[in-house]
Amino acid sequence: MMEIGLSHYLVVSAVLFCLGILALATRRNAVLMLMGIEFILNSANINLIAFSHYQGLNLEGHVFALFVIILAAAEAAVALAIVLHVYRMNNTVDADRISRLKE
Amino acid sequence: MELTILFYVFAALTLLPAFVVVFSRSLIYAAFSLLFTFLGVAGLYVLLSADFIAVAQIMVYIGGIMILLVFGVMLTKQATDVEVSTGIMKTLPSLIIVGFALGTLVMVVTGAQWPQEVLQPEVQGTALEIGELLMTTFVLPFEVAGILLLVAVMGAAMIARKPNEVQS
Repeated sequence: MMEIGLSHYLVVSAVLFCLGILALATRRNAVLMLMGIEFILNSANINLIAFSHYQGLNLEGHVFALFVIILAAAEAAVALAIVLHVYRMNNTVDADRISRLKE
Repeated sequence: MELTILFYVFAALTLLPAFVVVFSRSLIYAAFSLLFTFLGVAGLYVLLSADFIAVAQIMVYIGGIMILLVFGVMLTKQATDVEVSTGIMKTLPSLIIVGFALGTLVMVVTGAQWPQEVLQPEVQGTALEIGELLMTTFVLPFEVAGILLLVAVMGAAMIARKPNEVQS
């Protein structure tokens, strides 16, 4: 087994990113699409932390990742609220069958 | 050596449940395998000597976002027995395009020359220095993030409540 370097982490994050895109593109359930967005944000965070680690532990990458986590939390809360509202309105969260956001 | 094994364990813990999320037919399975993906990412952070971010990941993602998503699943569906699969004709084009994108990304990442200077091994916790950075260099984004969280909470409560409660 070879030594773990920066590219190993970048490959893991690339696979996670592509899975997130795939979830966004193929799943039609709104909650599952949200999970895809979380994957994409997580893969970006892995990249930030990995680059920070392999450049002499430059902590600005950590601060940036922290802000990404904050934004992800806010995004999940607002998006779930919208999903609940849409469900009450349309009785479904299938993205192909949602055509209106208010009465 | 054991770091290598740990890396592969955490990478598998991250990626295998992610495949379940993308391809499983059950919403509940997808929501709960998300838990393991977030745990695996937190493990990768620990391997990258980011202890504070790893704890924040566990607390925010598993303690917050994960619970929110499970609530979202339970509030919008009749529990477990729903069919959420997509037809193969809809999936195939996205699979091909994402496969190409993944191939390109992996090729570029493995082909490039990356810097390899690692500050080792006396790493003594990053929380103190992150706190100092947040209070000095990044104090403006920090405050803006606080305002953003407040607005997000108010907006989410506003959107999610029942429409007929607005008039009273």
